[in-house]
Amino acid sequence: MRENLHRFFRAARGAGVRLSPAESIDAMRAVSKVGFTDRTILRDTFLLTLAKTQDEKKALGDCFDLFFDQPEPQSPPEDGKPNERDADASNSASDSPGETSGDDEQTEGLGQLAQMLLAQDRNQLSAAIANAASAASLSDIRYFTQRGIFSGRILDQMGIQRLRDDLDNLAATNPALAERLTNALDGLRGTVRDTVSQALMLYGREEAENLRNEILRNAPLSRIEPRQVEKMRHLIRQIARRLRERYSKPRKRQRRGHLDVRRTIRRNAAWGGVPFLTAWKRRHRDKPKIVALCDVSGSVARVSDFFLLLIHSLHEVVDDVRSFAFSGHLIEVSDILESKSPEEAMAEIMSKVGFGSSDYGSSLADFEDKWMSAITPQTTVIVLGDARSNNLDPRADILRRIAERSKRLVWLNPEGRMAWGWGDSKMPRYSTFCTVVRQCATAKQLERAVSDIVASYQ
Amino acid sequence: MADIRPSASIEAVESGLAAQGYIASRQIATAVYLAQQIEKPILVEGPAGVGKTELAKAIAAWRGMKMIRLQCYEGLDEAKALYEWKYAKQLLYTQILKDKLGEVLGGAPTLEAALNQLHDFGDVFFSKEFVEPRPLLQALEQPAGCVLLIDEIDKSDAEFESLLLEILSDFQVTIPELGTVVAVAPPTVILTSNSERDLGDALKRRCLHLHIGFPEQKLEERIVESRVPGISQTLRKQMVSFIHEVRTLDLKKLPSVSETIDWARVLVLLQAPELGHEMVKDTLNVLLKYEADIEATMPQVSTFIAKASRQNVFG
Repeated sequence: MRENLHRFFRAARGAGVRLSPAESIDAMRAVSKVGFTDRTILRDTFLLTLAKTQDEKKALGDCFDLFFDQPEPQSPPEDGKPNERDADASNSASDSPGETSGDDEQTEGLGQLAQMLLAQDRNQLSAAIANAASAASLSDIRYFTQRGIFSGRILDQMGIQRLRDDLDNLAATNPALAERLTNALDGLRGTVRDTVSQALMLYGREEAENLRNEILRNAPLSRIEPRQVEKMRHLIRQIARRLRERYSKPRKRQRRGHLDVRRTIRRNAAWGGVPFLTAWKRRHRDKPKIVALCDVSGSVARVSDFFLLLIHSLHEVVDDVRSFAFSGHLIEVSDILESKSPEEAMAEIMSKVGFGSSDYGSSLADFEDKWMSAITPQTTVIVLGDARSNNLDPRADILRRIAERSKRLVWLNPEGRMAWGWGDSKMPRYSTFCTVVRQCATAKQLERAVSDIVASYQ
Repeated sequence: MADIRPSASIEAVESGLAAQGYIASRQIATAVYLAQQIEKPILVEGPAGVGKTELAKAIAAWRGMKMIRLQCYEGLDEAKALYEWKYAKQLLYTQILKDKLGEVLGGAPTLEAALNQLHDFGDVFFSKEFVEPRPLLQALEQPAGCVLLIDEIDKSDAEFESLLLEILSDFQVTIPELGTVVAVAPPTVILTSNSERDLGDALKRRCLHLHIGFPEQKLEERIVESRVPGISQTLRKQMVSFIHEVRTLDLKKLPSVSETIDWARVLVLLQAPELGHEMVKDTLNVLLKYEADIEATMPQVSTFIAKASRQNVFG
């Protein structure tokens, strides 16, 4: 049973529940107290000890139902028995009829698997599948491409070779029985395939997810397929969580050795000024203040979408974000992003300014007119765009003034470096005023860019 | 394996809590049972007013233990939660010491001898007598064990969370000057949170995580029955199903169990025989705490009452 628990923990990890070894130990201890007899209590126990959020509880509940839905592999009473059975199945059947003599005369001389199939004993069959599955270490399955291999291994374990021989023999002597056996074999293949698929769902999810995420992280954001957008949003949220965990440490650091005299005297007033408690000067670290200007014209819109989602999921880390979107002209979009779900917000932004041909010059002029005061010496200004201004005046002078007012000016460009300066790209003109210029085309680059910006405040 | 049947003991927890007027769902009872068996704190999350704090009170009353409550708020620190030195007393002690110093060291001929003599007196200054125990330390010192309720942990700072880790995992605290204080009898610890901010993983890992949501209709009826005994069965059914309808609306603050109980009391007080249109409209402010919510619910009242009474007929 302990083996089963371990397999369940693995399955739970696959389902996205984060389990530490300590938690699994707790769960084991708890289970040893409540026992296995009552399934609802067992379920509650796992939900209490393993899952630590509502989402995890739901995922774990589903995983539990799926896991305990399958017939449990019956552990053989003696260790020797499965080998014996394998030997029976793979070698000759000379001794097996003596051991399990079928009622049917015709089954005499057939392999054990054939007898089992003909007898239609469902319990015995599912137990045999489960045993063969654990012998083939089915719980190691990781990718959907492995389904064939594992099905093959399980069938081998169950003695499919012997069954084929039997079928060949029977085809000559007893065609009717052979047909029955062929049908039963098809059924068996189906069952094994289902077992393998279920195992893949339980154990393979984590690896498959990792692989898919890795591919997604390196895929260009602007050319992402619509069906992957949801996955990408999820990935961006994960990135946001990682950045939050890394950077949301306490912001006050004591400066040992510098006594804060004023606060010390005030704190010790109750004891006649005898300094029992000392107060030390602290150094405050600023939380990042960010002003983001995002191009939402056709080519860059997708990237801006993900960028805004990422920046706005960093509440704990970033103090103050003001976002602006532009193509032909510029508007502030912070409120829209705060109050709506990402999909709705993006749709609204698009309907207001999106999909025009971009005009960097007049957008920057809009910004200078209305919102220049948003920039303080603590602000990082991030511009996300391809700097393709359709041969209109780039107004690089405004960008210079922005750079002078702000702490840092970061330009993220979804295009490759090779393309900068070609055609109507004004990147070289703009980049002279920027503190950092980065290419930012994939989720991975996006993460690194945002991480660097936040880290510069630590 | 436990020598007694676990399901029986979980039922015992359920009935024990019920005797204190707390109707627990199976999951809550399992959590309480497990917390006792594997000595782990319970972290209770859920919307306001579903009886998170009540659970701790009920456990304390059921087991006949003392309940020690620590209400968390922003800026709570170890001096208020764990222990503090009795400075005034320490000050007094130094004064006395100064006076007696000549007497004590009277016979010493040299400075060195005097210092040695002083060392023999031991370090009384930072000793147990001068420690003022605050709730957490008090909880560890209860000889018969106790229920320690750390209320609204999400309101405290992240630093305070780390302070709790030692007490939650090992039931001990370390006072630098004195050493480690280990619990006489491990207290039953209940932490509650309204999920105002995400708690750290380290804290969550050390606890059983229990989420109490809004109860099912049957359970809520039983809760009302136990809390407001004077209410008639018809009215109880109607009002509970009415509240369940209200919870399906998109409101700023959904009415929770405490509101249900308050409303039941009000209805009993007004001697309402059953849910009437006027009656509901007049008392809706007991149930809903925002003007906007009341306005949103008003037009639906008749539909909900109709549904509630219909369900009463068939259910």
